[in-house]
Amino acid sequence: MTLDRAVTWVLRAWAGVVFTFVFIPIIFSLVFSFNSQRFPTIPLGEFSTQWYQTILADPDVWQAALTSIIVAVCTSVLATFLGFCTAYSDYRYNFRFKGAYLALILLPPTIPLIIMALAMLAWFSRIGASGEVWSIIAAHTVLTAPFAMAIIRLRLNQMDENLEAAAWNLGASEWATMRHVVLPFCKPAIISAACLCAAVSFDEFAIAWFVSGLNKTVPVVILEIVTGNIDPQVNAIGTFVFLTSMTLVVAAQLLFLARTARGTKQGAGT
Amino acid sequence: MNPPEKKSLDLYAMTWRLPVIVWQTIFFVGPLLFMVAMSFFVVKNYRMVEAFEFTNWEKMLGRGYFWDSYLLTLGLASLSTVVAMLIAFPAAYALAFKVSDSARRWAIFLLIIPFFTSYLVRTFSWYVILAESGVINAILGYVGLGPYTMLNTKFGTIVGYMTLTLPLVVILQTFALANIDTRLVEAAHNLGCKPFATVWRVVIPLAKTGLIIAALFCFILSFGDFVAPYYLGGSKPPTLPILIIDTTKSGQQWPRAAVVAIMMMVTLFAVAFAALTAAYHKRGRS
Repeated sequence: MTLDRAVTWVLRAWAGVVFTFVFIPIIFSLVFSFNSQRFPTIPLGEFSTQWYQTILADPDVWQAALTSIIVAVCTSVLATFLGFCTAYSDYRYNFRFKGAYLALILLPPTIPLIIMALAMLAWFSRIGASGEVWSIIAAHTVLTAPFAMAIIRLRLNQMDENLEAAAWNLGASEWATMRHVVLPFCKPAIISAACLCAAVSFDEFAIAWFVSGLNKTVPVVILEIVTGNIDPQVNAIGTFVFLTSMTLVVAAQLLFLARTARGTKQGAGT
Repeated sequence: MNPPEKKSLDLYAMTWRLPVIVWQTIFFVGPLLFMVAMSFFVVKNYRMVEAFEFTNWEKMLGRGYFWDSYLLTLGLASLSTVVAMLIAFPAAYALAFKVSDSARRWAIFLLIIPFFTSYLVRTFSWYVILAESGVINAILGYVGLGPYTMLNTKFGTIVGYMTLTLPLVVILQTFALANIDTRLVEAAHNLGCKPFATVWRVVIPLAKTGLIIAALFCFILSFGDFVAPYYLGGSKPPTLPILIIDTTKSGQQWPRAAVVAIMMMVTLFAVAFAALTAAYHKRGRS
């Protein structure tokens, strides 16, 4: 038994080591962003906000932030719409080639980003849209729609199959049922999907780098700074990106978990 | 159960079904097919001309440096997968069997956080930590060790790959392990199977599908990543993703980059097919 306990503790300690490894770069990036040294090491330099001042005074960073926000918002709206359409089609209908239909939306995340980036770059310059902001949006929509589809599909799983039928029997048209029954039921999942898609788009750099041209997004700016030299500005920008993404993710989690729990109870009541 | 009205052409159904087909055809299937076509184009005077020639394929596949890159990338991604699976397994085992349900939920939530922090910033952080005068060498210096060169080595590349893949591998392994029927594990235990033998002969076979899928994801991510080998591994020789970037960005040789990309896709399909066949293969005897 003592051996058993020892093994348990060794395993837990190992898990602790793995978590430490995962969080070291995140924590150090935060620490370095407030550190005066250009090349941070131990012992740390003085507390300083100079890197934040530098990036806040840089018009390129502001421009990139604006582009990133536009891309993230448009992507999340489009991807969530496409995700909803597919999730609903999958939930409600059976049709020929459904497997291929689902593969069409679910496959993109399994293809390496660098390959998607090259394919998108070539395609957009072929159709005369290279360097446009909307081409980043289109590419990011392809990339994030599967996540939206998965989240909304999970929510639809919880919907009683008879709910729609009940609305039809009471005289509602399919469109009215969609508007007054299905959409309200899916609302938490839709909002949470939109948040996640925005967060993924906000962090994506490979496709954005290839496709963006002069309309750089924040991750592309980070990539260019990192490629140039050691510059702790990156940590400061990283902190802002982290806060934005985490806000979106936590919002998504809270909405999804809280409403899902409540929705299930309501569903059981009807 | 039936919808109010049934028509042969169902406008309502098509409203939901068509948008994705149209969108993904234009912006997903289109680019990929065009990339395949592009691999047969030729570049003349820095301009791409539509053609159907095998020049790019001959030029790329006929050169030693492509195959060096190919084998290097294959080797690094395989190494990354083995390392990630081995590091993650004890941690996932602990999360699946040795902690409370709420601790497991928290752990999974914590492991999701890295997906929403910039991978570039995390890599940059490692760059500074691993550098010759960085944090690790400074700490080692206090006890009279080092300095060690960790950047621009395979070790650096693997650290980068782990930064990218480890959280996902731990999550997938934890799900795989947590879903197995623990009664079978207890049965093995009661029948006198030793703990390590139980893990090797009962737990791992039961969780096989999930574990292989975790390894497959790790391989795909490492194989396609350019950040770790470029910034932490020194990119000499380049891996395939770096080769794509170099060929596209500086060389303006998009068709040749397309050849590299297609070779990567073919390799990934083969690996994925083999992995999924193994994952869902049931042994005849038990």
